[in-house]
Amino acid sequence: MKIRVFLLGIAFALVSNFAWAGCSFTNVVEVRSLTNSFDAWKSVTEAMSECGNVTATLDSEFKDKQPDAFAANPSLYEIGGVSGSTITPLLNAGTIRPLDDLVAKYGQNLNPNQLIKIDGKIMGIAMSVNNQHLMYRKDILDNLGIAEPKTYDDVLAAAEKIKAANVVDYPFGGAYKSGWNLAEEFVNMYLGNGGEFFGEGNAPTLNNAAGVKSLETMKKLTAYMDPEYLTSDSTYAQKQMQQEKIAMAYLWATRAGAMDNAEESKVVGKIVMASAPMGDVRPASTLWWDGIVIAKNISDVKAEAAFRVAMEGMDTEMVTANNEDAVWLITGYKPGASAAGAAATAENGAAPYPSGSRMGVMHSALGNGIADFLTGAKDAASTLADIEAAYTSAATEKGLM
Amino acid sequence: MKKKDFYLFIVPSLLMMFLFIAVPLAIVFQQSFYITQNVFEDVEVETCTPGFLKQICETEIQTKPKLDANGNIINVSVFVGLENYKNLLQIEKFKKSLYSFSLSEIEKINFWKAFRFTVTFCLITLPLVISLGLLIAITVNNLTQSLKGPVIFISLLPFIITPIIGALAIRWLFVGEGILTSLIEYLLERDIALFASAWTLELLMVIYRVWHVAPFAFIVFYAGLQTVNKETLESAVIDGANRFERLRYIVIPHLMPLIIFVSLIHLMDSYRVFEEIVAFSSQAYVISLQWLTYDFLTPDDTGNRLINRASTSAMLTMIGVSVIILPLLKRTWADYREGNL
Repeated sequence: MKIRVFLLGIAFALVSNFAWAGCSFTNVVEVRSLTNSFDAWKSVTEAMSECGNVTATLDSEFKDKQPDAFAANPSLYEIGGVSGSTITPLLNAGTIRPLDDLVAKYGQNLNPNQLIKIDGKIMGIAMSVNNQHLMYRKDILDNLGIAEPKTYDDVLAAAEKIKAANVVDYPFGGAYKSGWNLAEEFVNMYLGNGGEFFGEGNAPTLNNAAGVKSLETMKKLTAYMDPEYLTSDSTYAQKQMQQEKIAMAYLWATRAGAMDNAEESKVVGKIVMASAPMGDVRPASTLWWDGIVIAKNISDVKAEAAFRVAMEGMDTEMVTANNEDAVWLITGYKPGASAAGAAATAENGAAPYPSGSRMGVMHSALGNGIADFLTGAKDAASTLADIEAAYTSAATEKGLM
Repeated sequence: MKKKDFYLFIVPSLLMMFLFIAVPLAIVFQQSFYITQNVFEDVEVETCTPGFLKQICETEIQTKPKLDANGNIINVSVFVGLENYKNLLQIEKFKKSLYSFSLSEIEKINFWKAFRFTVTFCLITLPLVISLGLLIAITVNNLTQSLKGPVIFISLLPFIITPIIGALAIRWLFVGEGILTSLIEYLLERDIALFASAWTLELLMVIYRVWHVAPFAFIVFYAGLQTVNKETLESAVIDGANRFERLRYIVIPHLMPLIIFVSLIHLMDSYRVFEEIVAFSSQAYVISLQWLTYDFLTPDDTGNRLINRASTSAMLTMIGVSVIILPLLKRTWADYREGNL
């Protein structure tokens, strides 16, 4: 018996050693990656691992580790997974390398759209785009004779009708968890209403009509949400939608695929992905991307191996196998119904998330400040004034102002 | 023991305490009087990021940290005196809100909001933990021998569970779709949302903390009960003292040093209340001083963190703990001087 288990172990060890069957080359250099942990990254890092000698760390708190890990010499990771805002600290510290020559050598399959260019130099390779948009239950809205909501006034009117019809627990849901999520909702709303965050010398410019309007729209929406909305993150809102608790949701495009996953969703085929509702100027949403960067503080040999492995992780074969995980930018992606919302939001002209050091400080100040308005502790103008004061104090301490 | 042996024994421990407690403390203390910042410059940057089908290129002025010759970000530290403390405490605003005699005005300042909760949390949980611990200890002490073992084991379970796990368990039971919420909603035939107002959240936090810490008080008091002088108790019975009088005049005075010990530990722990805030994601309604420090230390997406303000907040927490345990320390010191200990 023991011998059999032992042999089985050896067999497994051999199989895992030959597991790079899906990779076009055999990687002999140790490559480590640190990325976020959502489904798209699982698919990409698994495809990278097929090349051998790849250690993938998937961590939803990756952004707390990444700047310091990449600043070490040699860097603790060769490959970093970043988004539109988490690339900023790496760019600022200069701990990631330009990829122009590697792209020329190994990047034949990349679309020009995938290349993240800073001052003309390629600093990262994007794999997917993401934004928040509206998702709604077509069956419920059709039954009540409601047309697809185009603006937040439409959404509020629809929510009122759904509430009156009493067909679900709550008409609306979203990621309103106090902190980063709540701040992101405000950023979307405020940019949609044509707001500007900063004026001369990085001074905050929130306390205006667009800011007040954005806050008030958010508050009106919360009346139609689960009363515990301030603890609701994307996963919670996604589950509410999947379990027929809500009729409309404002959620990330990465959550769209899960609505049609029969294993966990009761609403397969009933959800329509629509554009983010329009603000006064553009859709109330921001465009994000996810992609990879390569560390600077490593040898060129390692960088080359890391880049080749990353290209294997982001190839057509991986996309074909995991089409619904994200709105991929990679050749071979077939945009299905679940990508329609993200596409419509982008086509209607949503702005990219305005990343930068000052925006990081602003995002934190918003995340801690907005709840006071929603809970009724402060009025809109004093909420915005206090957020501006919190930003000013933190930005001054950081040397930004 | 010879003096030399005594020092040999104690040196490693002193060295560790110096390295891992005294030195960091001194650095945090120093940091709270400084501001460390990057040197920023405004540069024009062209950024091209993916749109849905085609790239979006934008040229804008960005404020970026300057790098030195070796490619490291330049940091400068400036002595600012009490500036960090002023920023955190917002004395002017606090004074103004004091004159308005309104708690909700004071609670608009983060530090004082956290302070208010932290202090009430300590003072409410303390008597509950002590009395519940004492109650369980006396009950278990009066049980038959065969039952004692299993009951002690079960009573200790909440204390063994990792705090964050225990708090999460409570959250999952009571959150919107949780089992217990559903049950209460079914019984009361109305919707309840325990995580949508400050007082219900604070109540849940108090219940959780008492449930979690009472076993510690219980096991200490139970040990103490084993040393109560049986003869004194018997003579009290003969003198006609009832159960309550025996508890009041013999048992509690005997346990007093232990009650003070448990109070000290509990106050020090609960002043640093933190797990409840994170596990219940209550920061929109309720925050604590320890959470405030953590929040300053958490970097945002672009890697900024407010180390100096976190140091200030940590120092203030330490001062707070010292003040809140001062009465108990004074009493212990007095007992020591009188030779009761």
